[in-house]
Amino acid sequence: MSTPGTQLTPAYSTSQDEVAALNKPVRDARFWVTAVLSVLGMAAIVIYCLLPFYWMIVSSLRLPTMGMSNDFLPNPPSTENFIAVFSPVNNFGRALLNSVIVSSVTTVLTLLFGILGAYSLARLRFRGKGVILAIIIGTSMFPGITLLVPLLKMFTGSYGWFPNWMNTYQALILPSLSFGLPLCVWNLTAYFRQLPVELEHSAMVDGCTPAQAFRQIIMPLAAPGVFTTAILVFIAVWNEFMIANTFGTTKAMMTAPVAVNQFTGSLGFNTPFGTIMAAGVLITVPLLIMVLLFQRRIIGGLTAGSLK
Amino acid sequence: MSTITQAAAPPAKRKKNALSDGQGQLAALLLSPTMLVLGVVVIIPVFLSIRESLFFKSDAPDPNTGMVVSSEQFVGLGNYLNAFNSATADTVAGVWGTMPRLTNAFLNNMWFTVVCVALETVLGVAMALIMAKAFRGQGIVRAAILVPWAIPTIVSAMMWKLIFDADGVANKIIGTKILWLQDNAWSQLAIIIADVWKTAPFIGLMALAGLQTIDTQVYEAAKVDGASAWRQFTQITLPLMKPALVVAVLFRTLSTMAIFELPYGMMGLNKYSVDTLSTFAFVEARATRYGPAAAYSVLLFLLVAVVAFLFIKLLGADVIGDEEVKAVAAQKKRRRLAAKAAAHGQPAASVGGGGVITTTSGEGQQ
Repeated sequence: MSTPGTQLTPAYSTSQDEVAALNKPVRDARFWVTAVLSVLGMAAIVIYCLLPFYWMIVSSLRLPTMGMSNDFLPNPPSTENFIAVFSPVNNFGRALLNSVIVSSVTTVLTLLFGILGAYSLARLRFRGKGVILAIIIGTSMFPGITLLVPLLKMFTGSYGWFPNWMNTYQALILPSLSFGLPLCVWNLTAYFRQLPVELEHSAMVDGCTPAQAFRQIIMPLAAPGVFTTAILVFIAVWNEFMIANTFGTTKAMMTAPVAVNQFTGSLGFNTPFGTIMAAGVLITVPLLIMVLLFQRRIIGGLTAGSLK
Repeated sequence: MSTITQAAAPPAKRKKNALSDGQGQLAALLLSPTMLVLGVVVIIPVFLSIRESLFFKSDAPDPNTGMVVSSEQFVGLGNYLNAFNSATADTVAGVWGTMPRLTNAFLNNMWFTVVCVALETVLGVAMALIMAKAFRGQGIVRAAILVPWAIPTIVSAMMWKLIFDADGVANKIIGTKILWLQDNAWSQLAIIIADVWKTAPFIGLMALAGLQTIDTQVYEAAKVDGASAWRQFTQITLPLMKPALVVAVLFRTLSTMAIFELPYGMMGLNKYSVDTLSTFAFVEARATRYGPAAAYSVLLFLLVAVVAFLFIKLLGADVIGDEEVKAVAAQKKRRRLAAKAAAHGQPAASVGGGGVITTTSGEGQQ
């Protein structure tokens, strides 16, 4: 950029030294301006993403009586809010357990069904594949409320032909499959497509049945993709609110996000913000640990669908 | 002429789709659990929802006995029409003036969707450009950018409720006494800020992934040709990033249209300035008025379908992304054109070509 004249020099007159000088990164004023701007930009992104979350953490570390304080550091710092979260009134331990049960079972079921479906969508040739792909992706676009209204009527036993499922685990898990399964199939199909089909071909040439080729060759190779998908589905179900809030209303059946939301009413007009923020931090921390540990995989999984 | 058609017809009939070379049964077997589950948890509820939306439950007293009898009567499109008609529906005063509650919710929905998605896309692309230029620290930024995505929406709603409290830190920083959560135009702004905060980084991630597929040589060539930075952005970056971006924006648009947790968590139900189709339908369903609730949720569903269709047709969002499906579609189109040509008495030379499969799906894909 800074040496436009040199570029026009015929190649035969460029000495080795000149080539080396041209290849060396140019560190002029423009370079430093770009560098500083980029660091500032990165800092802006990090602050943008973390500042509201920082406020949540700070608010959770105040004294319960100082919930509305606007100091940028907790003064004095206290863990009383975190202790209050687990007071028997809030039933938060049970809610966390429910969240773990619902998210894990949904994730396992989703993978069981989704792996088979995704593999056949990625590899097999059959008629109507376009329609099936469209249905699966279409279901992931459905607004939750469209499913919630009839499911609520079904699960409350209003139809007669369906048992009352209110406040049961299956009422929390089955509807979660409606968004977990398309997410799983979509991600895994993209992942299976990336694996070279020659692997199965050569395995079958060597005498494997298609099923053996799938089990012994493809599954081990697909393990990272399956793992990523499991994380994404788990997080999606863990964060789900509308279904859980509708079908798990008793204290024994609430999931953690629902329980946090219910803290509001328990102490009259004074919203116990400190306790709510502490519970929010507790719900988010497992996810943040996953995010930090598997950052690259998660980003790869999130972007796989859009890049193919 | 007739002999040619007869000769060409039998193979076309015996094997309509040459791609299905005996794998159909296996595929049916492997896909049946998925389709069964989706059928039970998605397809059946949607049909129930549509059916439900055509009925109205009345708790009118029986004229003979005086007892309250719950009965459901078929009202056709009555649930839909009544809700939009200010003579039959309760009117509410949101920020758009006094109107039926459904119209108000619909306007809120559209407003949130347009503003949020526009802001998220611009901010997201800006973030992606910054991250792509970065020399170091990408790891920190990538971890940070996943934080808003990972926080449960309802928790972030509670977080913003605290921030936007009348005595909260938002008012402290900008030195105002705005009542953000009191059901007014500021509440809409609060929702928009909360939504943009959570999802702009996500779009940024998608846009960055799209950016990273662009060969840097394209930029070098453009530089040599003397293209300005802005032209490089509009002529190279945006078009090449578009496939990844459009799919991400489509999914964001659809989920913003179904926005529920933020208004519910930050302001609560029955707050008309932030009432959406989802919260309105939720209120009705909770009150066991399933007919109207289903009607509003079906409206939202239709809206979502139209928007998805427009995205796919107009912006070319390739949500399916399967080479084989594309090839089959292209083949069908060629056949149709060939059949048309044959019907017009053109020489059928190209008909034979219509059966050739050009896809390499599964074989040469990387």
